[in-house]
Amino acid sequence: MVSKGIISVRGLHNQFGDNLVHEQLDLDVAQGEILTVVGGSGSGKSVLMRSILGLHRPSAGQIEVDGVDLLRADSEQRVQLERRMGVLFQRGALYSSLTVLENVLLPLQEHLSLPAEDAEALALMKLRLVGLSSAVADNSVQSLSGGMIKRVALARALILEPDFLFLDEPTAGLDPIGANDFDELLVTVQRALGLTVFLVTHDVDSIFKVSDRVAVLAERKVLVVDTPERVATHPDQWIQAYFQGPRGRAAQQGKRHPVNAEEDA
Amino acid sequence: MSHRPHIEHAEQSENQDSPEQQLRLCGDWTLQQYEQAKAALSALSDGQMTAVSTLDGRDISRLDSAGVFLLQQYFGTELIENAQLAGQQQKLATLVLQACKDEQAPQHGGDNPLRQWLEQIGRVTCSVLQQQKQLLAFLGLALDNLSRTLFRPSRWRYTATAAQVEQIGINAIPIVALLTFLVGAVIAFLGARVLDEFGAAVYTVNLVGFAFLREFAVLLAAILLAGRTASAFTAQLGSMKANVEIDALRAQGLNPVEVLVLPRLLAMLISLPVLTLIAMLCGVLGGMLVCWLALDISPALFMHIFSRDIEPVHFWVGLGKAPVFAFVIALIGCLEGFKVAGSAQSVGEHTTSSVVQSIFMVILLDALFALFFLEMGW
Repeated sequence: MVSKGIISVRGLHNQFGDNLVHEQLDLDVAQGEILTVVGGSGSGKSVLMRSILGLHRPSAGQIEVDGVDLLRADSEQRVQLERRMGVLFQRGALYSSLTVLENVLLPLQEHLSLPAEDAEALALMKLRLVGLSSAVADNSVQSLSGGMIKRVALARALILEPDFLFLDEPTAGLDPIGANDFDELLVTVQRALGLTVFLVTHDVDSIFKVSDRVAVLAERKVLVVDTPERVATHPDQWIQAYFQGPRGRAAQQGKRHPVNAEEDA
Repeated sequence: MSHRPHIEHAEQSENQDSPEQQLRLCGDWTLQQYEQAKAALSALSDGQMTAVSTLDGRDISRLDSAGVFLLQQYFGTELIENAQLAGQQQKLATLVLQACKDEQAPQHGGDNPLRQWLEQIGRVTCSVLQQQKQLLAFLGLALDNLSRTLFRPSRWRYTATAAQVEQIGINAIPIVALLTFLVGAVIAFLGARVLDEFGAAVYTVNLVGFAFLREFAVLLAAILLAGRTASAFTAQLGSMKANVEIDALRAQGLNPVEVLVLPRLLAMLISLPVLTLIAMLCGVLGGMLVCWLALDISPALFMHIFSRDIEPVHFWVGLGKAPVFAFVIALIGCLEGFKVAGSAQSVGEHTTSSVVQSIFMVILLDALFALFFLEMGW
């Protein structure tokens, strides 16, 4: 077990009205791993991710990313850190008034003063990196299929060369083949770029395929964090229903590439 | 923490005769240091560039895909592939080189600007014609639905219509009343100044009455609703369209025109005449106030002249235009809403278009009406 990760959440409290979503929640994400967060609807997965990203201010608690206390950092430090985080939102959240290339280009233009042709070449390279052809670069966002939207969103998340990647249900709404392709792409890119990935998903296939560790959110805190195999055998009723249900079993029989050898050992 | 990227020339290999050279890359080759890295590479002369045989990347402290991309641009794929890199960086380089290899950048259209300009003119002209055609088609569709629903009271949507009447009509009363009151006062002032010079100041009453009953009340109310309501219709229906709610209605066997357009159309047909009436009252009231204060025409005298000189036909001419304007504004607002194509940008474009079109149509129709009534001698 990792003592303190590159992302560390301590004693997180989140409350909306009378609804207590997180209570004394602790979670660590180790450098260079893919941590998957699962939990029932309303268990606060998205709120946890938004808290770490700074999109939602938690009621109480401490969130550290690479040694910087996010809730007490000044705005300069926060901006520095936010640049190192790439986010892929659930439905892509591409800017509908921009073309594919402009979507990827925007963060580059806003944050760095690169010459236009360099920035454009970099953005095109990122599009090809996520498996899109340059032919789609000038397309409008509306003309893209679900799988392509996710890839463009990934390219946009990666454009500033982040150290951390946050993904909110990246395979939701994709067909099984598209989801599988996306999982493979994610693992390839994560390994090559050495990213630390925080992944929220409902897709049991994805969990076994990509995660180094799985964190289960339930009862307002993190119930268990471990390798997918060990989490799957946890006695908790909800976890059993989740992993040992018909869909979960089928997923476990599927092939599993050990992603991070040290973790498994 | 960050190290400036730079290039060191390693000693010539053992074979002194060979011009081949090894370059050692040091520092951070990252996006943050992109400019410096590019400068370091540009500093190499062509001779040095062609002489490079191997790259040594073991001293690179940090490398990201932007760095690999930049190196690939200068040294080509082969040299990077054979460069000595740390394990993780090797993986990264392989992935990026794969991506670079696949394709060349597409050519962006550098078309003739004159041609583009002409093309633009043609496109706009066609779209204006197309728009009028669509409006007529939509008019037919709405009338068809209206006539079919009219005789089946069970299909009347009282709640939706009443809610729309509240939003379009009742909520607009204060602004319509205030605006027409002020315009009425302004017209009376103008009349007082000009007519006073001929000693005909008392005809200000006729001016205000004539102008408001025939033209200004209905025109001001219609223009206000075109800005206030046509835009709201477009934005409402447009967001529903963007969110595929319109398709959901269709899939459930409901007719979007009947469910969404008819209540709005009817509410508009009810609201605009009523607002016109209020506009007439307030405009005349504003004129009356100015007449009293500036010309010493007492309200009683004002009313006397008004009822003596202004014939009821002017009132009916003004009010008769209201339903037509209401129809046009509602149709344009809804039609533009249905044309929205899924993006936030598109909602904005069509909202603008619906306001511009409906104001334009209202004024155009008003001019045509004026000609018609003139010929008829009403």
